[in-house]
Order: sequence, then C-alpha cells, then structure tokens
Amino acid sequence: MLGALAVGVLALIGLMLVTVGIDAWPSFAANGLRWFGSGGNVVTQFRAMHAGVALPGHSILYFRAWPLIWGTILVTVISVVIALVISTLAAIFLTEFAPAPVRRVLEPVVRLLAGVPSVVYGLIGILAIAPYVDEHLISNARKQSVAYVVQLNGTDLMTASLILTIMILPIMIALTAGALATVPASWQEGSAALGVNRWRTIWRVSLLAARPAIAAATVLATARALGEAIMLAMVSGGLPFAANPIDGLTFLFEPVQPLAATIVQEFGGQTTGPVASTIYAIALVLLVSAAFLSFAGWAVKQPLKRYGIGV
Amino acid sequence: MATVELAPSPAPPAIVQPPRDRTSSWPLLDRIGYWACWATGIGLCVIAAAIVLFMLVEGISALRLNLFVESPAASLHQSQSGGFLDPLIGTFIVTAIGILIAAPLGVALAAWLSEYARPAGLARGVESAIEMIAGVPSIVLAIFGLIVFSQGFLGFLSQRASDGTVTAQSFLVAGIVMSLLALPLIVGATREALTQLPGRVREASFALGKTRATTLRCVLLPAVRPGIASGVVLGIGRIIGDTAIIVILLGATLKNEPVGNVPLLKTLRGSGSTLTSYIYNNSPAGEGNAPQKAYAAAFVLLMVVLVLNALVTRLSRGRSAGAVDWTMK
Repeated sequence: MLGALAVGVLALIGLMLVTVGIDAWPSFAANGLRWFGSGGNVVTQFRAMHAGVALPGHSILYFRAWPLIWGTILVTVISVVIALVISTLAAIFLTEFAPAPVRRVLEPVVRLLAGVPSVVYGLIGILAIAPYVDEHLISNARKQSVAYVVQLNGTDLMTASLILTIMILPIMIALTAGALATVPASWQEGSAALGVNRWRTIWRVSLLAARPAIAAATVLATARALGEAIMLAMVSGGLPFAANPIDGLTFLFEPVQPLAATIVQEFGGQTTGPVASTIYAIALVLLVSAAFLSFAGWAVKQPLKRYGIGV
Repeated sequence: MATVELAPSPAPPAIVQPPRDRTSSWPLLDRIGYWACWATGIGLCVIAAAIVLFMLVEGISALRLNLFVESPAASLHQSQSGGFLDPLIGTFIVTAIGILIAAPLGVALAAWLSEYARPAGLARGVESAIEMIAGVPSIVLAIFGLIVFSQGFLGFLSQRASDGTVTAQSFLVAGIVMSLLALPLIVGATREALTQLPGRVREASFALGKTRATTLRCVLLPAVRPGIASGVVLGIGRIIGDTAIIVILLGATLKNEPVGNVPLLKTLRGSGSTLTSYIYNNSPAGEGNAPQKAYAAAFVLLMVVLVLNALVTRLSRGRSAGAVDWTMK
C-alpha cells in the first residue's frame, strides 16, 4: 500500500507536466519558438488578449515573452551572485569563527530569515525600501533622462534583487554551512600541521571540499529565485520593461517584471481563453526550468557522496 | 645493606607551546577575509533585527483589538475597512486542510522510503519526485491546481458558475494544493529522524518476532514523533506564509463566501482569503491600499512565524542536543 503511494507521487509529477503542457500548447503553437523572442509590448499583447481583439496582423495568441524572460534573468542572476558571496562568508563564519554565543544567535536568525513570508518581504519592500530608493537614491535628472520611456519610482530591478538576495540567503547558508561542518577534521589538521594559517586552511581545504555543496546551494537558490512571485510582483515595478544595461547606472533603477510575477499580475478571477493559455505557457516554462534545476542540483551533489560529506 | 639512593627523577621536559595562530600574524588578504566573515555574520543579525523591529513598530501602532473580531469591509477609508477576522479564519482552515492531508501522506512516504524502498529504482524515482515537488514554485503548483480542479467532475470541491464552468477556487482546493508545499518538509524531517534511529532498535523488534509493518507502527513511528512534529511545524510555517496559491486558488476575496447550504461544507467549498492575501491586497500593490491594515496583519503573521520558529528550535534541540537542524524552506 505504501508502494502504491510512492507510485502516486511519481504519477503526480507526470500529471503536472502533462496537464500544464496540454493547456499551454495553444500559446506555443501559435507563436512557435518566437514565443521566447522579443517583439512588441507585453502589456499591449495582454490587453488585446483580455479584450479578445487580436492585434492587427497577428493571431489572438500573439505573445513575445522576452522582456519577462530578461527581467527574470536579471533579477535571478544579480541576487544569486550577491547571495553566493555573502552566504559563503556567512557559512565560514558560522562554522569556523563565530564564538558559541554568536552562533547561538545567528542560527535562529538564519532560520527566521527563511521563515519570513514572501508577502511580508514584499510589504517591507514596497512601503519602506522603495520610497527610500525613490527619494534618496534616484536623482531628478536621472528620472528625466528616461522619462520618455519609463517612470522610475523606486520599485525597480535593484530593490527587487536586494530583497530577493535576502530571501535566498538562508538556503545557501544552510547548505554551505552543513557541508563545511562535515568536512573531516583531519583534513584541516593536516593543513594546519604544514603551517598553513586558519584562513587559508578553510579557503583551500574546507571550501574546496565543500564546492559541490556550494554548487548545489546555488542551484537551489536559483530555483527559489525563479519561482518567487508575490514579492517580485510587489516590488519589481510591475512593468514588463526590458531594462537596458546601456543606460548605465539608471539601468538598476528601471522596472522589470519577471515571469512568475507576471502570472500573479495577469491572473484575474475567471481567466479563460488566450490569457489563460499564455499564463499556462509561462507556468510551463517555470515548471520545466524547476525540473531542470532540480536535476542539476542532484547532479552537482554526486561528487560529495564519494567523500561522505553530507549536503 | 647499602641502600640504593633513588636518583631524583628528572624534571619533565617543558611543554613547548607552538605559537598560537593569531589573526594579526596573517597576511593582509586573509585578515580582510576574516573580517568580512564577521561583517556578514553581524550584518545578517542586523537585517533580521531591522525586519522584526520595523514590523514591531509599524505593526503595534496599527494594531487594534477590534481588528481581530471584525470582518473586512469594502471602503476607501482605512478607518472603515474593518478588520481581518475572515482572513484569520481562512488561514486556519487552509492550514488545517493542508496539514491533515500532508502529514499522513508525508509520514507514510518517509516510512516507505526509509524502511522498504523496494524496488530500488522506484525509490530513487520517488526521492527525486519529492525533491522536484519541493523545487516547483508555488505559483506553478497553483496553476496546476487550477487546471486540475476546474475539471467538471471535480466541481463538488469548489463551485460551478452559471455557465457550467468550475471555478476551482475554494478552501478545499487551496488546502489540497497547499499540502504539496508541506509534503516535502514532512517527508524530509520524518525520514531524517528514521535514519537516525540506531539499527539495534529494529533488530530488537525483529528478534521478538515482529514483522516489518508492526515494527514500523509500534516501535519506529512512536520513536520519531519529535521528528514528525518538527516536520509538521515547518509545513505549517510554509503554508501560512504562502500567497500565490491563495491568490489563484482561493480567490483572495474580501470576505469568506460560503457556497450551498450544508453547514461546514459550504465554507469549505466557498472562496475566501487568508492573512497573506489580505496583506497583499491591502498593500499598494493590491486593490485595497490600506497600509495600516497590511502592517497590522503582517505583524500578526510575523509573530505566528516567530512562534513556529521557536517551536522548531525546541523540537530539534529535544531530538539531538546541540545539533543544528538545517531544514530548508
């Protein structure tokens, strides 16, 4: 009976891919591979679908997701890169340097940061951080320089990425610290016996041994960042605008709208027809990426098993 | 008789202490790294303290006792838009449904994975399937739920619109999909506890002639109760904090709207809201735009999360003293 349950879990994953795939098919069929490309304005495309009137010269399902995909890539990459540095340092601190009292505080702190609901992060972002960024960090000259394409108001790429960094840090710290703690002490002792100081021992021995765990943590954090919807819907600007690195620093203050946030923004009550199909298509892209990342996470963990270092 | 004088024993050789590895002797680059570690550690504490203090200040100044007992009302003025009684009830119902489904399933799966796991290929498949469910974004789970539960024959779980389509928005639907969020956490915690049980416990039971199933039911599962409990608490935390599933599968309506006339079931089949969707709708991103209400609800939510966190810490301390329970969310 327990075995049947296990089969059920497997079937669930298959069912998920199949059902979402079937309902997403019309959108992909109508747009082909150019679904992922750029072209036109996502807002206009959604508005046309909601109204049920096709854009002139296109099918009703006409959709080009590039601005959303670009927004997702930007937010994810920026936050994962920052989080990678911070989490590695924090994990070293936690396992090696922190005195016992500090560690007793830091562990619950990390768990707390993991436990804060994303909507609370979003609320803090939109009510406290965004207004601050708007007032103090974006000069009027900067606002005017791009006023003809987009309005800068503090809900932007930078705010979104920073909050997302804090949201994905706990997973990365947990995995990295867990792996560092299981590196055999004899390896460190061997290095210390050769007269290597503590920092270099950690850097060249422990961290190197824990490298697969850090990779796994990065993959998991990427998955989390890809799927974050509510917080990003609140603070990323809610405008499918392809932030342009050519704009220099202003680029960081431009609004974006990642894929997951788009689902939240465009979903309204009884969604049917072309809008639904497009939303399902976005969900399918996220689902396939999540599946791929979970496979990648499994693959990068394999070398660890050789040493018996837990992840 | 000549007494042999015992030669005075030689003084023990002085212990040569190797010079202590002091950071001041390190090269500059290493010292920078060391201090960067301290900075990030302290920085994290500061960020967490800032979040909690900020919510504390804003939350307490916005919190009124009547918010807990009044239903939300549609109003442009924050003073007249009611409280969050309905979202509180909603949070409770969704969490209860989700955990009631996820706990038995999760424990059963964990038991199968750690005690039976035959055939090995299936076990590996199930393991990665659970890992994948944990990795699927909740917004995608919500879309999946929307597609599945809007099938005609599942209409009894939510409600049928006048044109025969099924809305797929109800406490039952949201609770069922929420259970998928909690499932991996419960499986993980239970399984970890089961693998930490020493082999002699099982062997002793087998030696008494008990079957595998009896051993599991009467010996192993009672022994891992704290593990199951901490998994459940983690699952509760996960369900309470999720917004995406609520927005899509519960409607995130102003009030809980019953469907039909059967007592209890009419609420479960109806749409409603939870604290998270209440916060979302009352933030500037939503329709209500009543920041005071959002702060008050977020404060309540954060307090619940803090309590759950403390509970997990206590449960994991009880299980293995001092060991860190690095359970992911």
